[in-house]
Amino acid sequence: MSGLAVYFEEEGLPTTLISLVRPQTEKVGPPRALWVPFELGRPLGAPDKPEFQRRVLMSCLELLEADSGPLIVDFPDDAPEAEDITGWACPINLAPPEDVADVETDLASALEAEVVQLAPWYDLGFRNRKRTSVGISGLDVDAIAPFVASFLGDNPAESPREDMERTEVLKLACDDLRAYCIEAATAQPGLASSKELANWYWGDTAAGKTVLAVKAACLASSDESLRYLGLFLVPRAQQHREVPAG
Amino acid sequence: MVRMSDLPENVQTALSNVECPDFDSNPWVSGPPLKERRVAIVSSAGLLCRGDRPFPFGAKEYRVIPGDTAASDLLMSHVSSNFDRTGYQQDLNVIFPIDRLAELAAERVIDSVADFHYSFMGATRPDLLEPKARELAGLLKEDQVNAVLLVPV
Repeated sequence: MSGLAVYFEEEGLPTTLISLVRPQTEKVGPPRALWVPFELGRPLGAPDKPEFQRRVLMSCLELLEADSGPLIVDFPDDAPEAEDITGWACPINLAPPEDVADVETDLASALEAEVVQLAPWYDLGFRNRKRTSVGISGLDVDAIAPFVASFLGDNPAESPREDMERTEVLKLACDDLRAYCIEAATAQPGLASSKELANWYWGDTAAGKTVLAVKAACLASSDESLRYLGLFLVPRAQQHREVPAG
Repeated sequence: MVRMSDLPENVQTALSNVECPDFDSNPWVSGPPLKERRVAIVSSAGLLCRGDRPFPFGAKEYRVIPGDTAASDLLMSHVSSNFDRTGYQQDLNVIFPIDRLAELAAERVIDSVADFHYSFMGATRPDLLEPKARELAGLLKEDQVNAVLLVPV
């Protein structure tokens, strides 16, 4: 972001930016930056907090009226309701796929069952929010899980899209699968922190366990593109859950 | 509340090791008061309109987001798994404050909101984005934009 600011200013366009990672912004030194003490992925602070978002936005825009720079100003307040623990528990009872004897067979079956269990809650979330973040893979909702699960075995599916390699589709399908589960789990009212949701997805769902196993399979693959892709499937903060393939 | 010091050690290390070229210049373009500014958002969240081609790994290009795009028509295509997406799933404005900007324009705090906004996929090294960034600057100026709000993810 900071680099873009420099290029735009060199072209004669005034810029102001929000900074999440202060050391990177300090290194580049864009003309105007507001550093915010928020979580990665939440540059305006918190969802559904329009007044707070407005304060962040105004603090950033007001830098445009500064006389000289470069300057990095610190936003003074933490994000509201960003505590790690809210006591949230997923309201949907999912039979956990414990004691999986044969990963390829059992985990894929557990995932298939879970997607069906979550479907009415995903639909409710869609109705309530009037939008969904699922869809980037281009696959139908029902096709996402089987495509991802196919990478657990020795014969992963070919690319379902003519315009993209299967590795790219796999990454996007994994993102869609996570979005599907999270939107289903948060369809009912109830405050959940991002950390609780991440721990639920990666620790408690068949979907999360499937992606962890797919990552292991990718890293053990003879296909170089799959080995590379494997590096991008699981957040660093959840990598302690990984188990090697085989 | 998350600061660098609150992140897991492997995340801190990875963020510290992000390649970040040195920039020699310190450009500074001034402009009119805020109430005369026409503002465009440039995001690095890998946002795109539903149906647009997702960003490939190492993407150097941008996607166009018309200002009247409904939140339901926007998707995210980002190679990183390491940032929170649950906030965005709940409220687009937490990464793309288009409704907040529209409110400021309606209240005459700013002059107007641009007709077009743009998104890169921010995992790409900044200097590789330079050609498209300079091209984009021309498009923004054609749209009479005199304030670019850069929002990371």
